[in-house]
Amino acid sequence: MFDAFDAIFLARAQFAFTVSFHFIFPSFTIGLASFLMVLEGLWLKTSDATYEALYRYWLKIFAIAFAMGVVSGIVMSYQFGTNWSVFSDKVGPVIGPLMAYEVLTAFFLEAGFLGVMLFGINKVGKGLHFAATCMVALGTMISAFWILSANSWMHTPTGYEIGANGQFLPGESWAAIVFNPSFPYRLTHTVIAAYLTTAFVVGGVGAWHLLKDRANPGARRMFSMAMWMAALVVPVQILAGDEQGLNTLEHQPAKVMAMEGHFDSHPDGAPLILFGIPNSREKRVDYAVEIPKASSLILKHDPDAPLAGLDTIPDDREPPVGVVFWSFRVMVGIGFAMLGVGLWSLVARARGRLYDWPWLHRAALLMAPSGFVAVIAGWVTTEVGRQPWTVYGLLRTADSAAPLDAPAVAASLIAFIVVYFAVFGAGTVYILKLTAKPPQPHESADPAGPIRTAGITPAPAIEANAGEGGHA
Amino acid sequence: MDLAVVWACLIAFAVAAYVVMDGFDLGIGILFPRFRVGKERDTAMNAIAPVWDGNETWLVLGGGGLMAAFPLAYAVVLPALYAPLIAMLLGLVFRGVAFEFRWRDPAHRAFWDFAFCGGSLVATFAQGVTLGALLQGITVKGRGYGGGWWEWLSPFSLLTGASLVLGYALLGAAWLIWKTEGPLRDDARRFARVLLPLMLAAIALVSLATPFLEARYFQRWFAWPGLLVSVPMPLLVGLTGFLLFRALKGTRDWLPFALTLALFALCMAGLGISIWPDVVPGRLTIWDAAAPDRSLGFMLIGAGVMVPVILTYTAWAYWVFRGKVDEAGYH
Repeated sequence: MFDAFDAIFLARAQFAFTVSFHFIFPSFTIGLASFLMVLEGLWLKTSDATYEALYRYWLKIFAIAFAMGVVSGIVMSYQFGTNWSVFSDKVGPVIGPLMAYEVLTAFFLEAGFLGVMLFGINKVGKGLHFAATCMVALGTMISAFWILSANSWMHTPTGYEIGANGQFLPGESWAAIVFNPSFPYRLTHTVIAAYLTTAFVVGGVGAWHLLKDRANPGARRMFSMAMWMAALVVPVQILAGDEQGLNTLEHQPAKVMAMEGHFDSHPDGAPLILFGIPNSREKRVDYAVEIPKASSLILKHDPDAPLAGLDTIPDDREPPVGVVFWSFRVMVGIGFAMLGVGLWSLVARARGRLYDWPWLHRAALLMAPSGFVAVIAGWVTTEVGRQPWTVYGLLRTADSAAPLDAPAVAASLIAFIVVYFAVFGAGTVYILKLTAKPPQPHESADPAGPIRTAGITPAPAIEANAGEGGHA
Repeated sequence: MDLAVVWACLIAFAVAAYVVMDGFDLGIGILFPRFRVGKERDTAMNAIAPVWDGNETWLVLGGGGLMAAFPLAYAVVLPALYAPLIAMLLGLVFRGVAFEFRWRDPAHRAFWDFAFCGGSLVATFAQGVTLGALLQGITVKGRGYGGGWWEWLSPFSLLTGASLVLGYALLGAAWLIWKTEGPLRDDARRFARVLLPLMLAAIALVSLATPFLEARYFQRWFAWPGLLVSVPMPLLVGLTGFLLFRALKGTRDWLPFALTLALFALCMAGLGISIWPDVVPGRLTIWDAAAPDRSLGFMLIGAGVMVPVILTYTAWAYWVFRGKVDEAGYH
């Protein structure tokens, strides 16, 4: 009742679903771990109780997000084998070691120090506890380094040889594999994206509490810190994204053609299509709103430079245009909206109205989840834009799958969808419940917290210490 | 010694580390409904909350390491065990988030306690089934899995699944004897006294069934020089079981856990004797499936440096949370 295409389609859907869900958590925890490190460092340096309160406030949220990241990540390390076993066999000798390094240098570091970070503050002293926080933050960065190296290698494979049995084998130099051409760009763009995702969540939570009580010191501090990130880092991110685009044009031109909606070649300057509806059947963009020659200006820095279109690419080597075209516009649109909030915050700061401009706070609140949408849209752009390949130009997606049986994949896909929405939906609700309460600095100075009833344990103990006693 | 052997030992070490470390916290999950709601459950949870994440990372090293060092084995084994592995992953999702969620949502704590137990039980049973399915042999075609979706299911794999549930539960009970006191420790002792004979019976059943799965296991165990091991092995298991039974009545709280570890070590040694030098028992040797030396060598540099470092800071994290735990966290 199912043919082979269905099994591969279902396997792709399953991977896309599980990896997208998983990616939400690290894109938050990478930034949050660094934010916690900064907060705890400033707290130790200045003894300012507001930093301590914010540290404890966000630590509870970090614990939930991190747990969800861990369990959804374990799924990923097995999905390569269950659904993409041919890929694993062929590519394992090259990207397997990169993932092994991720486990050895990052996952253990995060997990080993997380227990001390969450439960050990009264056991090891402040200095060692800060060291544990730093190790967890460092672990998230190292993890990003290795996994993005492996991912980038699949986009821009270098430094490999093909073995007699058809396997990709490492060549002379591992540096050529690890530091493949798209890796530095992808790492920069992705890590900044994670930082901005966190900054806008923190800014949104701060804005929410400022709207209710603009005198709350914790809300003011976190909003200010987040808006500095927005003002200073969003422009850097736009530049980093532009650089990655140019790198993609060099190595994966078909992806850029799909992003731009360029079905046709433009020998004397290609237009920038702002909006339109890609029509893959007719190979044109319907209702296009375009700026003449602007695409050539951006991509080639010359308005009259020729740009090839998808007409130069054989049909069986083209990515699906519609998805890539739209996801790219969502990502870029959010990027410019973030830039707008960042600039607005500078104006507000200059006028001394950062904490009493409700429309700015409403805008920041609206933008709170924008980082997640942008990260997923960007991920879709690059991963769907890489199709129909798993290893770009060398190994097709259709030739990578396990000997799959559609009903088995369909059943497991449904199980993943049901479980993920239920479990991670509940986790999101718990995070929202925590962020709905304002940070309360004055109670956090008392490490013993309020009188505890039987059954209070490490997790609520953090809560009590963070000054939630008034609500308990 | 060649690199494939080194990596086989490293992955065996990762799997063994996983089994004993996540074993006790999965075991506590399995026993969870038997603890009284409130103080007992909270204390049991606290006994593992700071360390479970690190424990589970060994599973990622086992899986990731297998893909990196023996990609062909990874490509053959994982599709063959599709259903139990997906069940294990989903079980781990539930029990992993329960560590945080049960504190965050007192109104639904009973549900997350159920998820904690159910997830632990499913994950453990699936791991045991995985072991049984590997031992009974999987169908290999070319460079891939050639069997059907239910090939893993057999009386033997169900037996190994049930055995692992008993084993982890015993390990969890022994951990609680060590880490807690009062009524919870008394309960843990009681559970361990029930679980120990069941576990010994399970070991006996699996050990008796294994040599008849494949002629080569039979050869390995009942022909010279295998008899050198197969005769003393049951005696060692019996002796350890006897010592453990006595330790459960004694006052040295750490001893039952140490002896349960010894039981597990004996089982794993027996397993190693059955399958060495295969990575997919009876189908692929470690040399058939090994990645090229360039991959193994590159990883060995990392493992050589990092595994001792990991063991050091893991030991430190356990040291920080040493001593008895109660329902209010560590004192």
